Amino acid sequence: MKLPVYLDNNATTKVDPRALDAMIPFFTEDFGNAASRNHPFGWKAEEAVDYAREQIATLIGANEKEIIFTSGATESNNLALKGVFEMYAEKGKHIITAVTEHKAILDTCKHLEKQGAEITYLHPAENGLLTVAQVEEAIRPDTILVTIMFGNNEIGVLQPIREIAAACKKQGVLFHSDATQAVGKIPVDVIADNIDLMSFTAHKMYGPKGIGALYVRRKNPRVKVTAQMDGGGHERGMRSGTLNVPGIVGFGKAAELARLEMQSDTERIIKMRDRLENALLTVEESYLNGSKEHRLPHTTNISFKYVEGEGLMMAIKDIAVSSGSACTSASLEPSYVLKSLGLDDELAHSSLRFGLSRYTTDEEIDFTIKCVTDAVNRLRDMSPLWEMFKEGIDLKSVQWTEH
Amino acid sequence: MAYSEKVIDHYSNPRNVGTLDKSSANVGTGLVGAPECGDVMRLQIQVNPETGVIEDARFKTFGCGSAIASSSLATEWLKGKSVDQALTIDNMDIVEELALPPVKIHCSVLAEDAIRAAINDYRVKQGLEPIAEEKSHH
Repeated sequence: MKLPVYLDNNATTKVDPRALDAMIPFFTEDFGNAASRNHPFGWKAEEAVDYAREQIATLIGANEKEIIFTSGATESNNLALKGVFEMYAEKGKHIITAVTEHKAILDTCKHLEKQGAEITYLHPAENGLLTVAQVEEAIRPDTILVTIMFGNNEIGVLQPIREIAAACKKQGVLFHSDATQAVGKIPVDVIADNIDLMSFTAHKMYGPKGIGALYVRRKNPRVKVTAQMDGGGHERGMRSGTLNVPGIVGFGKAAELARLEMQSDTERIIKMRDRLENALLTVEESYLNGSKEHRLPHTTNISFKYVEGEGLMMAIKDIAVSSGSACTSASLEPSYVLKSLGLDDELAHSSLRFGLSRYTTDEEIDFTIKCVTDAVNRLRDMSPLWEMFKEGIDLKSVQWTEH
Repeated sequence: MAYSEKVIDHYSNPRNVGTLDKSSANVGTGLVGAPECGDVMRLQIQVNPETGVIEDARFKTFGCGSAIASSSLATEWLKGKSVDQALTIDNMDIVEELALPPVKIHCSVLAEDAIRAAINDYRVKQGLEPIAEEKSHH
């Protein structure tokens, strides 16, 4: 077993060697520009792109013409929201989203607010779930778009996308989903799920970084987005820029593998995830964050009370995971997703997100269970809060000195 | 973030973790920080009433590696010092010793606050005035 154990697969995944193998010829041999119509270099590149487009479309039940390649899900989200806002400006300026969305959605919404958009931010329940009724109640005559993520990147909670999207369809409102964490991990079908626009990316599903896609529906209704970059008019005029051919080929192969191996991968991964989760939840004062039932198969997010997140991360340096603290900068900001579920700051700080992959092994899970359990126990032995808790002191009643 | 070797050493082998009898007249307890800020330090000193020398010092800290290291180091420095000498421990001495980066300076400030809080608790128990809050942190 190689250390550190990688359990941060919601951040990014290892490229599947089969996807990498497919990519390599397109760097050095078949390096043509897919837009070059005059020679075999261009033809070969275009052929490879077409094939990948089909592989990707098949994974999500779309037509290949509905796949717009981008640099990744952040760009796809930007293009979807800004592009719809501009294209449908005459219809209205109201957009509905949720507070637990990824920053690529929330910050884009903030940007649009400055341009005159009105945004409704829905608040999920404590288990992270939104209801169809919440969305229905928020829809107004001038609502042009509802954007709700498929699976949450921090807690893995899956929203009732099919039902929410159906409600939007009934009201004639476009529905976009940031499906970055879901595509390739669980079955996603844009037709059955009533999705009009959908963002996803290769590097979360064992493909390369730097390549993503926006699904844009062509029928019932025909959806268009205003391009956000000017240039050669690639991708049906919606996203200019020379296509990243090797990336697209790798994305296509990764999509095909995800489609063929999803079921067997999920069966294995979910067993390991549940074993990890059940073991860690036997640790005293540990809590699962988000719905247990409606969740991505490879994700679990657990808080360990009375242990500080950064100290915990340091104690488990042999495991690569993410914590609920964004302590990358000077400010120690607890996760806004966890806070929106009603967790107080300390529980949000002391949370760990585990993301498994098709490469995760039972041995790694055993190691992780032991490592995390030992670390929590060790840190609690030197935590004044744990001692106070054990003495029955209500920490909320203590006068803390803010600093 | 890369931690210095000294931080890692204190974090991995913390000195003087533990609890002294906070009801004892010779024990001063300082509890500083707040759970929602991600740092709580409890520092305790046991003073010899005859000599005024700190005979024992213990800590428990809820916080990051730098906070744990700062309090662990503080207990090491406190032992054997008189209460007056202890008051001269400056947070920047801790920063220097542990090579704390700028974003972790607050950990050293917290340790200094904890020392002062423990000394004041001891002073009050002894019927003395608490030291005034002259806060000129760096």
